[in-house]
Parts: sequence; C-alpha cells; structure tokens
Amino acid sequence: MRVARPLRHIQRHRTWCISPRMHSYLRESDPMTNPSPILELRGVNKSFGAVHVLRDVDLNAYTGQVTALVGDNGAGKSTLIKGVAGIHSFDSGEYLFEGKSASVHEPRQANALGIEVVYQDLALCDNLDVVHNMFLGREEKKGVVLDEITMERRAKETLAGLSVRTLQSVRQQVSSLSGGQRQTVAIARAVLWNSKLVILDEPTAALGVAQTEQVLNLVRRLADNGLAVILISHNMNDVFEVADNIACLYLGMMAAQVHKKDVTHAQVVELITSGRSGDLGVQPEVLSNGAIA
Amino acid sequence: MSQTPPVTVDLADEFMGPRTPMQRLQSLLHRYPYVSPLVVLVFAMLVFALINPRFLLPGNLSFLTQQTVIVGTLAIAQTLIILTAGIDLSIGAIMVFGQMVMANLAVSVTASNVLPIAGQNPIIAILLGILAAVLAGCLNGFLITRFRLPPFIVTLGTLSVFTAITLILFKARTIQGPEIPDALKFLGKTFQIGSFQLMYGVILMVILFAIFSYILRYTAWGRHIYAVGDDPVAAELSGINVNRVIFSVYAVAGLIMGIASWVYIGRVGSASPNADPLINLDTITAVVIGGVSLFGGRGTLIGTFIGAFIITVVENGLALAGLDQAYRVLAIGILVILAVAIDQWIRKVKT
Repeated sequence: MRVARPLRHIQRHRTWCISPRMHSYLRESDPMTNPSPILELRGVNKSFGAVHVLRDVDLNAYTGQVTALVGDNGAGKSTLIKGVAGIHSFDSGEYLFEGKSASVHEPRQANALGIEVVYQDLALCDNLDVVHNMFLGREEKKGVVLDEITMERRAKETLAGLSVRTLQSVRQQVSSLSGGQRQTVAIARAVLWNSKLVILDEPTAALGVAQTEQVLNLVRRLADNGLAVILISHNMNDVFEVADNIACLYLGMMAAQVHKKDVTHAQVVELITSGRSGDLGVQPEVLSNGAIA
Repeated sequence: MSQTPPVTVDLADEFMGPRTPMQRLQSLLHRYPYVSPLVVLVFAMLVFALINPRFLLPGNLSFLTQQTVIVGTLAIAQTLIILTAGIDLSIGAIMVFGQMVMANLAVSVTASNVLPIAGQNPIIAILLGILAAVLAGCLNGFLITRFRLPPFIVTLGTLSVFTAITLILFKARTIQGPEIPDALKFLGKTFQIGSFQLMYGVILMVILFAIFSYILRYTAWGRHIYAVGDDPVAAELSGINVNRVIFSVYAVAGLIMGIASWVYIGRVGSASPNADPLINLDTITAVVIGGVSLFGGRGTLIGTFIGAFIITVVENGLALAGLDQAYRVLAIGILVILAVAIDQWIRKVKT
C-alpha cells in the first residue's frame, strides 16, 4: 500500500540521492557502444498546481536501444513523456537532445528534433485509410493537391523497412484493422519522419498474446534499425523481452535507470513498488526524512 | 532455428472469414455511402415514370432541376459542416441575410427605404452580399471554436440573430422583382437545350459540387475535414489545428450560402426577408438522405447531390401521381429515418 499523504513532505527535500555506484553507472553507461545518450534529461521538475509530479528526474535514451520506462500508476510516466513530447513543458531542469540543449514547448518542436510519440489511444482516424493516417497533418503535396503516389510509395517503403507484412493494402480504412495492425500503423507513422527517438505508450496494453509478440518484435526492430526507443510498459515480461535498459519512476522520482542485465525481475518490481531495492533506488533516509518533516 | 521470427499475424482469418450477402452489402455501403441514395433515386424515378409518364417530360425534368437548385447549393455548405460533426441551423437565415444585403444595396435610391447604402453597382452589391454571408459564417465558426460551444446551440441562436438583424436592418420589406437590377437575377435565367430549360443557377450548382468534391477528395484541407469529423483528438495529436479547420469550414460554408443568396434572387425573382424559413431543415434532410453521417467524418458530396434530388423527385412525383401534399411530407420523413437507420447499420462494420 502506497500512501499518498507523505508525498507532500518529501517534496520539500530534494536531497534524495542515488547511490554513488549508480551515479557512475548513469554517467558512463556503455561507454563502448554509446558514448552519449541521444536524449538526456537532467533534474527536470513539473508541477500541476500544488502537486509536484516530477522531482529532479534524470532520464537517458540511447540510439539503438530500447529504454523501458516503468512505474506504478501515478508515478509520473505520462507526465515525463508528455514533457519530452512538448505537450507540457518542464518547469525546470535540462533537456538535452543529441548533446545540445533543446527548447521543446510544443509538439511541433519535438517533431522537428526527430521525436515521435505513439499514444496509447493511437490517434488514428478510423474513416481514413492507412496512407492518409500515416501522413495526417503532414501531407505530401503537389501544388495544392495531395501527392497520393508519393505518399503511398513512402508508406509502403516504411512498412517494408519494418518488415510489416500484416497489411493487406495500404488503402484499407483503419476501421477495418485489428488492434495489432492499428498499432503497427501508428508505429510506422512514427518512423516515417526520419525520427531519431520514438516513444511508445503501452503499445501492448490492449493486445492478445500473438499480437503482443508482433508488436514487441516491431519495437525491437526499431532499435535494431538505429532508433532510440522509449517504451512505457506495465508488463515485466514485455520489458525484459525487449528493453536494453530500464528506468523506474517512483512517486515522481527516478528511482534508478539500470541495464537490464544488472537487475532481476524481482528487483524491478521492488523498485516500482517501494522505490528501492538493495542499494539501488531512492535511499530510505530520504523517504523517512521526508515523512518526518 | 536460424529463421527470423514470423511477423505476419494470421490476418487471412480475420479478413477472409465467411461473409453473408448482408455483410457484403454492409461493407459495400461502408465504402460507397452514396450507393443507397442512388438506388432510391433511380427506383423512385422509375416508379413515378410508370405512374405518370408526364414525369419524364423535359419540361418536368427541367422544373425538377430548378426546384433543387437552392436546397442543393445550400446543402454543399451543410455537407462540409456536417462532415466536421457540426450542424448549421442558421443556413437559411444567413442566405436570406445575404440576399437582402445584395438587393438593398443594388436597388435605386428612390426604391430603397435603406437610403444611405442603396444604389450601388450590382456587381459590388453581389460581392458585398456574399461577404456578409461569409462574415456570418465566420461568426458561427468563431463562437464554436473560441468558446467551445456546441454547433447546434450556436447556430440555433444565430438563426434567430441573423433573422432579426435582417428584419431590423431592412425594415422587413420585400424588394419586388422590377426594382432589382438584372445582374442580381442573372442566375435565374434559362436557356434551351431541345425542350429542356437549363437554368444558369443549376450550372453554377453543379460546378460548385464538382469543385468541392475535388477539394474534399484531393486536398489536405479536405482530408483534415474528414479527420476532424471522425476524431478531433486524434487529429489534434497528428498535428492538425482542429480549431482552424472548423473555423475555415464555417467561413467557406458562409461563402457558399452567399452564392446561394444570389441564386435565390434569380430563382424567385424578388428578395423577401421572410423567404423559406424551413430551408435549413431541407438542407439537413438532403445531406442525411445522401448518406452523409450526422456524426461526422463520413459521406460525400455526390451523396448530398443525389439526396437533394431525391427530395424534389419524391415531392414532384407524388404530386403528379395525384397525392396530397401531406403524403409528400410523410414520404420525406420516412426517407430521413430510413437513411439514418442505414447509416447506423453501416457504422457497425467490423473486421
């Protein structure tokens, strides 16, 4: 049972810490393959009125890797992602993209950097076909008229590049697609724009077993194709199947961002539910100090 | 196993499952929503021709087109709005407003009782009348997008507002045909093709249908109208400025209503502030019978075109068959309910 009340007190104490070992891990993670993260958030904060939702959160995402973002309901996952996507702006903290400080206050600015989000409700229009959905809001034009031929070709290329063979026709209306196919279209739309970082919000939440497998394969392939991927998920099996590293949010704090190989299933669950596991995560004195104060 | 994992979901099963003839019909109508009104129109014309051969005489057919021209032109505007999941009840009031602006600007100073603005060049009068209708449409769009009010309520209000403004500004006076310059009545003129009388206003209506069908089908703005009508949240997340699309639709609808004002003066030959108070309902009827979904995002202008003709064909055919006016009203009512029932059924199409 997580009690909501102590949260208010903790907020005044920003002195919570990550263990020294973790710090060095975060700073120099995988120096061989990924010298620097493509997205780096340092100490971001976000409040909605009196509610301090994100507190000094750090998050890194690396090209060619899937970063799983996990946390309990209300831990701040969606808020963090919406900040990255420009739907909200962070109150404070650093937002670095490709090593440079970036100013992202609306979705278009995130898109311009190469960040695309696949929302949980997918944001597809049922009455339009696959091509029109993939290009919705960013249509290719010849003069004032839509350039259907170019759009169809690029849509097919993108789907082929993701080895998607599940669609009968790119001229099918989205209303006739299954849940997994819709997810596929949404993901394909996200990679159409030479994107560098794709954020997926619970892509398998509403899917059956076979379709979940398809989508996870697709997620893995995105990273293997050289994109950075952030995957929000509640499902530990999904996380351990596709993720390279795992970021755990706890009560708006980044409890830990660790390499998948360094943690067990149980440790991640512990990080999600209590914010720490052994010397990983938010240290107890922070929580107890917060609670006393 | 050196193979890559299989990526194909067994969709064949999902798509190729056994389908009954009804399901085939359902998905056909889903893809081409104007098929059912087309069948109704052809069927109705055949029946009426059998009952009374006079129905198919060129004279009657040209009368049919002239009967349809006002509702047909306005129904283009109504279709654009309904595709965004909106509705416009003020459509007739705006048309009357535009028409009174045109007529009062164009009449000679001696014939006018709105002296300071009368006696303008007829072309300028027409343009200013259209501009007035565009501004009226913009007011609807502004109220709907800026204050997030439901279109039904906004246009119910502006229906009264524009009607009242017209009566107050123009002193509730009908401007008779002889006072109106010819340019304003031009669209009511006809020319002969054999014994068929084609009205210029009908040609203009067909051109407008063609232009806006093209725009809806082949431009980004047209796609965005469908997207906004289907799911405004998804459209917004896709980067479409939903409010801008909706506002522009009401403004363009105002433009079409302004053109309809001009057609109306030609068709009727005079300009009355009390003209056709129920024409807004007729346009909605035409749109709905034409297979455009009142819930937005689905339907075509071809359907609306057919729907507008169904109304006049049924009314005219039943009259020629010797039936009372009440039966014509009844028939239209049944058609509307059938059309909405079919729309609901089509919506249930699933994989």
